[in-house]
Amino acid sequence: MADYPVHEFDVLVIGAGGAGLRAAIEASAAGAKTGVVTKSLLGKAHTVMAEGGMAAAMGNVDDRDNWRVHFADTMRGGQYLNNCRMAELHAKEAPARVRELEAWGAIFDRTKDGRINQRNFGGHRYPRLAHVGDRTGLEMIRSLQDHGIHQGITVFAETTVINLLLDGGRCVGAFAYDREKGRFMVFHAKAIVLATGGVGRSFRVTSNSWEYTADGQALAYKAGAALLDMEFVQFHPTGMVWPPSVKGLLVTEGVRGEGGVLKNKDGKRFMFDDIPENYRPQTADNPDEGWRYTQGDKNARRPPELLTRDHVARCINREVKAGRGSPHGGVFLDIAWIKEKLPNSVEHIKKKLPSMYHQFKQLADLDITKEPMEIGPTTHYMMGGIQVDAESQMSSVPGLFAAGESAAGLHGANRLGGNSLSDLLVFGKRAGEYAAKFAKDNGAGRVNPADVDAAAKAALAPFDRGAAGENPFTVQSELQDIMQNLVGIVRTESEMQEALGKIAALRARAAKAGITGNIEYNTGWHTALDLDNMLSISEMIAIAALERKESRGGHFRDDYPDKSAEWGKYNLKIVQGPDGKPSIERMPVCPLTDEMKKCIEEQSK
Amino acid sequence: MSTATFQIWRGERGNGKFVDYATEYEAGMVVLDVVHKIQAGQANDMAVRWNCKAGKCGSCSAEINGKPRLMCMTRLNQLDLTQPVTVEPMKTFPHVKDLVTDVSWNYEVKKKIQKFTPRKPDAPDGTWRVQQADVDRPQEFRKCIECFLCQDVCHVLRDHNLHDKFIGPRFLIHTAQLEMNPLDAGNRLKALKDDFNIGYCNITKCCTKVCPEEIKITDNAIIPLKERVVDEFYDPLGGLFKMFK
Repeated sequence: MADYPVHEFDVLVIGAGGAGLRAAIEASAAGAKTGVVTKSLLGKAHTVMAEGGMAAAMGNVDDRDNWRVHFADTMRGGQYLNNCRMAELHAKEAPARVRELEAWGAIFDRTKDGRINQRNFGGHRYPRLAHVGDRTGLEMIRSLQDHGIHQGITVFAETTVINLLLDGGRCVGAFAYDREKGRFMVFHAKAIVLATGGVGRSFRVTSNSWEYTADGQALAYKAGAALLDMEFVQFHPTGMVWPPSVKGLLVTEGVRGEGGVLKNKDGKRFMFDDIPENYRPQTADNPDEGWRYTQGDKNARRPPELLTRDHVARCINREVKAGRGSPHGGVFLDIAWIKEKLPNSVEHIKKKLPSMYHQFKQLADLDITKEPMEIGPTTHYMMGGIQVDAESQMSSVPGLFAAGESAAGLHGANRLGGNSLSDLLVFGKRAGEYAAKFAKDNGAGRVNPADVDAAAKAALAPFDRGAAGENPFTVQSELQDIMQNLVGIVRTESEMQEALGKIAALRARAAKAGITGNIEYNTGWHTALDLDNMLSISEMIAIAALERKESRGGHFRDDYPDKSAEWGKYNLKIVQGPDGKPSIERMPVCPLTDEMKKCIEEQSK
Repeated sequence: MSTATFQIWRGERGNGKFVDYATEYEAGMVVLDVVHKIQAGQANDMAVRWNCKAGKCGSCSAEINGKPRLMCMTRLNQLDLTQPVTVEPMKTFPHVKDLVTDVSWNYEVKKKIQKFTPRKPDAPDGTWRVQQADVDRPQEFRKCIECFLCQDVCHVLRDHNLHDKFIGPRFLIHTAQLEMNPLDAGNRLKALKDDFNIGYCNITKCCTKVCPEEIKITDNAIIPLKERVVDEFYDPLGGLFKMFK
């Protein structure tokens, strides 16, 4: 093995967003020597962009709330493909995780009696999201960061992992480069936690940052781990649509939670037209009741704008396709109208939605306290990912754990808003805890020097091809168009077959990517190395979406527009077959216990 | 589409020069879009740090036409495009490559500040009771996205290079949010005076002017902290009073 620096840890966490930092804090607190690798600087991870809040049934605002309701809401939102044990653990443990964050310095918005305030969100029966205005993700990451830096965790900033290292079937290390100098390094770890986030960068219109290149999913798959639910990508209903340069940028669901309504170009509130049967008993049937709900009236039912994200996104798509959209191809989201109800609406909106006010004012010259916003669906979240054990978060590869968006299970076919931040905390903690335990129970494995040398050689190949090679930015851009247009919000068999053919062709071009310049902070090189992960996982999204011949949650098939009871019995699992190609199989969904069934029945009224 | 010229600083470790790039632009674009367009089409190896492109992560700080700003929040219609637009890295931190600087000093500074130290919980279930009005101020400081533009523009750091003595506006507001958090029982006043040298700030308010989150750094954080330090260590009457307390 060439003479690369070697770093030894009990637990190595890859990713420094909410899940990664929470895992690192837990592992370190358990006495494990812990390292964190992050592609960005500390505190910049995608968690920072989360807006609305973290869901936890604390019952501070409505004391009817408890874990049973949160569990039932999560299962219904996920169309019952969730790992029910994860949904149960999440609902039970989220309140403690939120309170713990406060004990570490987070300052949440307060209720009148001085407790942590909670707001309404789509699919949650009661006000449940602990929040800080519309910048909850920033509060969360900063609290974890500021707590973590005093815990003796070693942080490797701007460092990218390109391979996991195996010993027999067990994960024992990682191979990485630092972005600034381009130097390779070897991590030797008894346990590894993947907390690398999602895949949104493979789509043209997305709310995700550049970091979301499917690294964790691809690293795990190549190491032999199983992936689950890859067909379920969430398209958030409200992204900005104008100006073009910010297309896809998230507009928080909090706007609707505070009373914002969706209208088409004729000024019609179209969400009342299509309320799914299983949500009808809990949904308002007139605008006045919906407004009262957003203002905390416990006897009112939620407005249809707060139905689940998959449904709202499809309704918006329908309006646009029917020619009732806004000038730039979206629909209108109006919060300014609340001036009819609240005399101090301008101040109220600025206080409740400060970053939204700021974002539209600065990027679109639009004052949301006076005018409606133009919005449309944007690729937002990956429900699928690495298959993990519910309790420990260990993947099917020993020593390899996953948490947060890179893992699958909690959200099933569709994630409820607010369940992501709580997911990061609950399962980040569990991953850290069990990784530390695994490290204690198992000695260090052995890294194979030949694997390291092969990885380094492959990583440097783009430099040999130089300017004659493919431009990596062009390949990435073409992939984004393919996924957006052919495997997006509405899918059909022929288009997805076409996508698979095009992805295969792009893969051949990506293998010829060429780089100019030197190895230091060379973003072209970084992009070239990301391509393989993006292409692999895009292919798996298309394969799984082709296989599931029904429409459910985030997955909508134009050729199979209905939900099928038969398909409701299975999750789809992908593993690398003996031929090196992805092999897909059906896996029965996790069976509900009697108590879980009771929770769901209690809430179906 | 129209064409504009961008002069982007290219080079490594302090050695570099402005390179002209002519590029097309369209309505609504921000400077970061232009930089990306040039990177994808004309300069694949150009180093630029960014993440969210939404003004929330504070990664893409640079000096645009000499002014410290976030590239993602600077719209082209705010600039005079009949003249070349200059984009260069922050000057207060060691240069790495092109638009990227080494901001690691900031992360080291934060470790030296006493961490959040909660007082005893108010309720038997381990939770606290706090009124919203009492957290409005620390919440203002917690809006900080750590873009370090305030550090970049602070003359104590930028012109006098007192990085080893002065923590800069970013960490004064970090200290302020801890000191003003009603749950915190720590005390950082002695450190502010002796180790962080808050006295070096002579309230020129440059930091407040460049803050993309519009935090009133000087008025709401630094001046009140200065007052607390003065009350604690330099008030003769108060000192006498404390002696007999």
